[in-house]
Amino acid sequence: MRKVLALASLFALWLLMSGLFKPLLIGLGLVSVLAVAWLTGRMDRQDGDRLELRLSPLGMGRYLLWLMGEIARANWAVTRIILARDMPLRQHLFRTPFSQKSDLGQVIFANSITLTPGTITVETERGGFLVHALDYSEGDAAALAEMDRRVAAVESGGGG
Amino acid sequence: MSPFAVLLELLSWALILAGSGFVFVGALGIWRLPDFWARLHGASVTESAGMILLIAGMCLQSGLTLVTVKLIIIGVFLFITGPAATHAVANAALMTGWRPKEAEGLVGAEPEPLLDEEAQGVRGKTGA
Repeated sequence: MRKVLALASLFALWLLMSGLFKPLLIGLGLVSVLAVAWLTGRMDRQDGDRLELRLSPLGMGRYLLWLMGEIARANWAVTRIILARDMPLRQHLFRTPFSQKSDLGQVIFANSITLTPGTITVETERGGFLVHALDYSEGDAAALAEMDRRVAAVESGGGG
Repeated sequence: MSPFAVLLELLSWALILAGSGFVFVGALGIWRLPDFWARLHGASVTESAGMILLIAGMCLQSGLTLVTVKLIIIGVFLFITGPAATHAVANAALMTGWRPKEAEGLVGAEPEPLLDEEAQGVRGKTGA
């Protein structure tokens, strides 16, 4: 069942990317989809590595909407700094804790920090990230804690 | 052209122009900001606001076609790989001993020392 679903979605991706329905191209698509399925099956027997998506889809959608708002606000703040005559900078490297349980959740949190201009995740450590801020303010820790809480909520919503 | 099509065209061009504006601001930031660490943030404006607005504008230009599907797929990939690339560059700088210039009255955090190969292997896997 999993295999059939994987084959179907791979083939759907091929059709979306090509958009041509000539027999030759459909045939090439089928061959490559089967080849990919065979190769990944072989690799799976080697290591059995799994990426588990334990996220709630609805929560993720809500989180992405919220993140877009944050990105917009952060972009505006950094744009104002860049366009300002004297560019008021307050650079700071600080540690921020994370509370996500899965690797995927931590990656989403770290990526979200970097996606919002003004903050970059520089290093990942046990229990925390090192974050570099362009214009550090005392409220930054609270803002990151809020983001951390939201990502963790999306994660636990999946029943992980 | 129907009023709706005109509206769509205007919105699309507004998005594309705004996106180009942010790409320009990002480039200006890379040029104006004083050092490596600050310049990373300039690039980040280009790849978040610039990229999202340009792709949204181009989606409106192409309408409900396969081109839009491809644009969205490109957008999703950039959304994930952009921060990963920025992180890789920043992390490489930190590992080679570069430290950001701290603002007055602030003390920067120091990364935990890397112990050995084994410790590197388990880092970040605490929740697995």
